This record gives sequence, structure tokens and C-alpha cells, in this order.
Amino acid sequence: MSIIKEHDVVPFRNRVKEYAVKIGMSLLNQTKLITGASELVRNMLKYGGGGTVKIEVLSRTRDSGIRLTFEDKGPGIPDVKKAMLDGFTTGNSMGLGLPGTKRLMNEFDIQSEVGKGTTITIIKWKNG
Amino acid sequence: MKNESIKIFQKKKAAILEKWLTLQLEEDGLREDLMSNADLRIQSEELLSSLIDNLSDSNIDQPQSSDFETVIEILSSISISRAKQGYTPRETGSFIYSLKEALLKTLSEEMKDPAALYKQSMTINKTMDSFAIATFETFIKGREEVILRQTDEITEISTPVIQVWDGIVALPIIGTLDSARTQVVMENLLQAIVETESRIAILDISGVPAVDSLVAQHLIKTVSATRLMGAECIISGIRPEIAQTVVHLGIDLSHIITKSTLESALKTSFAMLNLDVTKKQKPKTQHTIN
Ligand SMILES: Nc1ncnc2c1ncn2[C@@H]1O[C@H](COP(=O)(O)OP(=O)(O)OP(=O)(O)O)[C@@H](O)[C@H]1O
Ligand SMILES: [Mg+2]
Repeated sequence: MSIIKEHDVVPFRNRVKEYAVKIGMSLLNQTKLITGASELVRNMLKYGGGGTVKIEVLSRTRDSGIRLTFEDKGPGIPDVKKAMLDGFTTGNSMGLGLPGTKRLMNEFDIQSEVGKGTTITIIKWKNG
Repeated sequence: MKNESIKIFQKKKAAILEKWLTLQLEEDGLREDLMSNADLRIQSEELLSSLIDNLSDSNIDQPQSSDFETVIEILSSISISRAKQGYTPRETGSFIYSLKEALLKTLSEEMKDPAALYKQSMTINKTMDSFAIATFETFIKGREEVILRQTDEITEISTPVIQVWDGIVALPIIGTLDSARTQVVMENLLQAIVETESRIAILDISGVPAVDSLVAQHLIKTVSATRLMGAECIISGIRPEIAQTVVHLGIDLSHIITKSTLESALKTSFAMLNLDVTKKQKPKTQHTIN
């Protein structure tokens, strides 16, 4: 689904929650997933100029999970390593969004190219 | 040579308008409560004139053409105003669909050659359908505006500050704490602190679905502002899953007084105000035996 304005955030989070509930994710993991998703979607709006998110249900032996792919065609991140550090911000904020989300997820992948955009993929397993 | 159907439309314009109006009035869904027949006639005439005046050989099968800007504009303003007045999509759509019907009927009455009639009808059909889609798109936009306005209104009304005790105000937050909402919350809270001369403000977040870094930052700002006013702010209603998530995210709320329930926040407040609230002992009834 596409995220272009502040008002898209709540419907998006509700959609993620629906999926998480559907696969029976625990309340704690649901909250972690939604919070992480919220961070990335806000970054996408604030720095990436909006973009799209893909929601997928994954399954593996005796577990299932949710994969979210955030894609924007914004300015990209010049130094991804730096952006992943606690406290690094160019937006006069807390600089916790990226590193914090990584801690909340089971898998976290970030691809960013200056001038092209940023793609972040996260996975949260139901029992992970 | 001018396209035959355009010639017919120009010649039969008055008849088309009457046909169209009849069709609209026949429609079950016509909302006489929302619009008078006179207004309907004015709107219909305006649209029909604009459409027929702008139709030409080159654009009759090009609904995207800039020649139809005024047509689209009229349609949009009609459909936006209908969306806001509470018309259903069917009622709004029938406005344009019945025009199509009137146009096609007129063509079939005037054109003798079946092959030409078929070809012209298909063209008109396609062009009018495209206008119908534009109508629906703006109709939905109109509805979205209504929703956004309601969201703003809900934001206004859903931040009630309650004076729970002499010197203590509480503000339950329900829903997402975005920047606009925080502003309202903060203003209401600070205002209430002044008005009630309270020394303690409790911000209850049991109704907040998730605390991400933005929400946390807003909470921290609200707490700082309260302190600047000389009052203390307690955040209550932090559910276990929220507490764990906040910690993993790396947010430091240690300099803020946080409580899991409103009840414990209230107890802390009483202690801070040196209040002692205890259960009254029932006076033991004395049974005296003479
Ligand atoms: N989608 C993006 N496009 C471009 N730059 C980004 C994007 N996401 C993050 N960044 C950059 O990475 C930095 C770190 O992001 P992070 O979410 O960790 O912190 P923040 O958004 O600045 O603060 P917080 O999320 O704590 O409010 C940002 O300040 C910004 O410079
Ligand atoms: Mg961020």
C-alpha cells in the first residue's frame, strides 16, 4: 500500500495488526512489529518523501511470520552504518528509529543508494 | 465534415435536457430532501451546455482532452458537494449515467443507419463512462475530506481533562498520539493545570496502541512542559508489552514517573501531596446489657 501522508500511518498500522492477529502472533510480538513498522513508515514520510509498503505472510516449519518491505525513491542514506547507530539523526530527533527497529525484529535488511532511494525489509516471526 | 452525433446533440439540446431531467426524476434515489428540482435543472443545464459546446470531431473519443476541463470541473464540483451532503455513490453516479442514457436515446431516434448508430453509440458510451469514473474519483475525494474533518473533530473532543482530586488532573489518551494531537493534549493539559491550580497531572496512555519514538518524544515534551508550569507529570497505563517494546527500542523514560495503572498513579499523587486516604473504620456498635 502507498504511504504519502501522515494520515496513511494509522490505517497502515491497523492493516499490519490485522495480519499479525490473523496468524496468531503474541501480543508482545505484535506490539514490537507494529512499533517497528511505525518507525520505518515515519522515516519514509519524513526523509524519503513517502513510498510503498508490501505486507507478506511467511511460513516455515512450525512457525509463521510477517515480512514488511518499505520502499521509497527518496534521497537515500549516505552512510548506512552511521544511520544504524543509536542517537544518529539528521532530523533533530532521537535517532532511535533504525537501530531500535532492528532490535525489535528477527530480521532487518537495509539497502540504500544516494539519489535512488531506500528499501528496508523486516521480518517478525510469530514465535520469534 | 462535422461528426453526425455532435450535430444531432446541438440540434436536440433542449430535448436532451428534458429527457435527462425526466430520467433523473424517475430515479428512485432522487433526493428531493437534499436538492430542489429547480437546482437540479440548473446543474443539469450547465453541464449539458458545457459538454455539447465543447464536443468536436477531434475530441469526441478523447475524454482526457483539455477541451473538457470545464466539464470535468462542473462534474467534480457537483460530485464533491454531493459527497459532502451525504448522497450515495449510486445517487451521484446516476446523474452522469442518466445523461448518457438521454444522449444515446436521442442518437437512436435521429440516426437511421444502424452501422453508423452503433459506431457513434460506442464512442459516446466510452467517453461518458470516462466522465463517470472521474465523477466517482472526486466523489471519493469528497468523502475523504469529510473523514479528515471528522478526525480533526474527534481529536478535539477526545482529550478531556478530568480533575480527579483537589490538586490532581488526569488526561486519558485514546488512540494515536500524532503531532497535531499532542499539541491539543498539551494545550488542554496546561490550561487545566492553571485553571484548577493543580500540582500533579496524570497522563494515562492505556488507550494508546503503540509507543514508538515519535510518541515517546511527544510524551517527554508534554512532561517537560508540565514541569515548567511547576507541576509534576505522571504517565500511567503502561502495559507490559509496551514497556518491553520501549526498552528494546532504546527509549529512556527513567527520568519520568511512570506507573502501570491509573490507580497506582493516583496513590503516588496522594503521597506527593501528603494526603492520606484510608478506609474509614466502622464504629464498633456497643451492645450494652442492662
Ligand atoms: N527512508 C529514508 N530515507 C532517507 N534517509 C533516511 C531514511 N530513514 C532514515 N534516514 C536517515 O537515517 C537517520 C536515522 O534514522 P532513525 O529513524 O534511526 O532516526 P530519526 O528518524 O532521526 O529519529 P527517531 O526515529 O528516533 O525519531 C535519519 O535521521 C535520516 O537521516
Ligand atoms: Mg525515525
